[in-house]
Amino acid sequence: MELNTYQQEAFDYQRSNIEKFGKKNLIWSIFFLLWIMVGGYALYLQISKGHVVTGMRDNVVWGLFIVNFIFFIGLSYAGAIIAGLLHLFKVSWGKPIIRLAQMMTLISVIVGPIFILLCVGRFDRLHHLFIYPRIQSPMTWDVLAIMTYFVGSILFLYMALIKDFAVYRDAKMNIPGWKQKLYKILAIGYRGAASQKRHLIISQNLLALIMIPLSIIVSSILSWIFGMTLRPGWHSTIFGPYFVLGALYSGCGVLIVAMWVYRKMYKLENYFTDKHFTNLGYCLMVLSAGYGYFTFSEYFTDWFGSAKWDSEVINKLFNPAQYGWWTLFANFFGIIIPILIVALPKTRKPNWIALASFFMVIALWVKRYLIIVPTLETPALPMQDTRIAYVKYSATWPEWALTFAGIATFLLFFTLMSKFVTVVPLSDLEDTNHHHAHHHEPVAIKTEEIQTA
Amino acid sequence: MKQEHEIDFNSRRGFIKTAAVVTVAAAACGSLNCSCSSQKAPAGDKVRLLSPEGEIVEIDSAYLNHQENMAVLSQHDQRVGIPGKKFVMVVDLARCKNARKCVSACQKHHYRPEDTEWLTVKLMKDSENSAPYWFPKQCFHCDNPPCVKVCPVDATFKRQDGLVLIDNERCIGCKFCMAACPYSTRVFNWAEPEMPFEIKSLTYNAETGVPAKVGTVEKCDFCPDRSREGLLPPCVEACPNGVFYFGDENEDTVTNGDETLSFTQLIKDRAAYRFLEELGTKPRVYYLPPKDRQFPVERGYENLPDKLKARFKDIIDQEKKKS
Repeated sequence: MELNTYQQEAFDYQRSNIEKFGKKNLIWSIFFLLWIMVGGYALYLQISKGHVVTGMRDNVVWGLFIVNFIFFIGLSYAGAIIAGLLHLFKVSWGKPIIRLAQMMTLISVIVGPIFILLCVGRFDRLHHLFIYPRIQSPMTWDVLAIMTYFVGSILFLYMALIKDFAVYRDAKMNIPGWKQKLYKILAIGYRGAASQKRHLIISQNLLALIMIPLSIIVSSILSWIFGMTLRPGWHSTIFGPYFVLGALYSGCGVLIVAMWVYRKMYKLENYFTDKHFTNLGYCLMVLSAGYGYFTFSEYFTDWFGSAKWDSEVINKLFNPAQYGWWTLFANFFGIIIPILIVALPKTRKPNWIALASFFMVIALWVKRYLIIVPTLETPALPMQDTRIAYVKYSATWPEWALTFAGIATFLLFFTLMSKFVTVVPLSDLEDTNHHHAHHHEPVAIKTEEIQTA
Repeated sequence: MKQEHEIDFNSRRGFIKTAAVVTVAAAACGSLNCSCSSQKAPAGDKVRLLSPEGEIVEIDSAYLNHQENMAVLSQHDQRVGIPGKKFVMVVDLARCKNARKCVSACQKHHYRPEDTEWLTVKLMKDSENSAPYWFPKQCFHCDNPPCVKVCPVDATFKRQDGLVLIDNERCIGCKFCMAACPYSTRVFNWAEPEMPFEIKSLTYNAETGVPAKVGTVEKCDFCPDRSREGLLPPCVEACPNGVFYFGDENEDTVTNGDETLSFTQLIKDRAAYRFLEELGTKPRVYYLPPKDRQFPVERGYENLPDKLKARFKDIIDQEKKKS
């Protein structure tokens, strides 16, 4: 593969990340692995003793696992939509962050479904989903949707990687033989010929075109698992778009945090520039407003209508003795703070935006909890049960252990992936170089400055 | 209930009593070249049986091939239901005093522990000023069942005879049905269920829900195994006050064991209603409003053990304040 100046520069800058694992990365990876092992032990307990080791009981039949499932799957959908839009509209500043968005898409669509498997009482019967499928069930729609989406996100990431694999293959890097061989296989003979380029760009455009509506569809289907039931707080016509927006919003936040972490870790200031933080910050602000609007509509209509069953849930959400403080947290850090941080020029800085995004992501996780648990704690009939666990859900340590194991898996995948491919895509820089050379001049100058300094 | 097809085999016992009827009748209306039966000499006395097709057939008693504990109703039969039936229940709220005999009879019949209640008795208080009343609740076996709609593997299903049952050998334990049921009817086996070994080793029958399995969902099944014998569900039989009327909508009769009434007449005369009708689930259980009650509501909790009494604490306290 021939490399132009900018490509060569980006590659030289990042090749050591692929060649060497690095002490810091090793320590983090071991730390993540330990967490995963603790989760593994919790899983062993859950399988050997039954779901009795979780906090779930007959009223609150879904807990942390489903919350995590919605959370991670949401990140995935967001990644695909962001990457798809940046690609299709040829947003030149977006080129360096597309890979990150696509990585998030694939990794979270792997981690998310693990949680729904954890929530299923009979691991051993999962094949029943395929041998006795019932197409009327929203659960079946979701299985089909996620499988389709999984294949889509692998292809989407891979297509964008082929050119890079060709670069790694030809670069004569100081790497073990198996890795070299793997790059050769994954590059599937790409040489940068005109016909290859054309085929690749057509495939990428088509995939981006497919992935955006697909994300919206599968995100809506996810919401329908709840929306299609008759329960207060779930049975809502805006649940589909609400979930789409919530997913997009939290995904945007995770993308900003990931950008900040990689920027620090691999010193990628020239590629993940302040401009990226500001621009994604603006996206964050718009999404926050939209998400806030949906949240308000949802609460306001239920509260104003004040039907008995709806009111019970609303009262729980706003009662300080129940979920009031959590609701406040979820909406303060999930809606108000991000808008303020981006709106004020003083705080419109990478560190502030990343910090706000970090808290926003946690707030959105809490929000998912507030969607699932209070509704399940509010059945139509009075519970009249003296077993506390049956009345009020409280997650047990195996559930938390598995939750953290999921987060650790997510982070471990990110770490390992950054050791296998360059976080900033090389091929995309090539494309922008032809048409928008002037966009990259400041970057080049900065690099020189650093080198001379 | 009509009991035309009921035949009494004295030696029959155990809870899976799917009678010999099916095999015998099949042999009777089946082919002539069945060698085993043709070798026997006819005894002369005829027995009338109900064939699987719903016809009454007559057969010589010598050809009866009586099978005890014939556990295997085929999976297909378990899913289709009892031909010609449309089970329905009417619950007379004016008669309930939370005697809880129904609950224990149910638990005994299904080998369920004390804290697993397929049938529960709630103390309802509809609004601030209205009087509390006892509200026994089984599965409503809805005609538009939200639970069946959402099952991804067809493990819970609606039968022709109106019943909603569960195949716990197919259930994957996703609990979607539990989230979807607005009546909190379903129960999950969070841990390995405890029961006698001989029960545990039985072949699963969706009509009895026995044996229970860890990681699967279970619930009230209206005991079609009893109906197949022409008996009433244990909760109906056990009730000392005749609260439950069980029967067949097609025959338009319901009975609580003491009196047999016309179903349509009963729900008309007593202004029956269905719980949360507005949800559109079309329950097969009707409630007769608690008008002219036979017992004061206090009778239901006065002599309860503390553990049970604690369930109704909120309402009991409210009532005490009032008086």
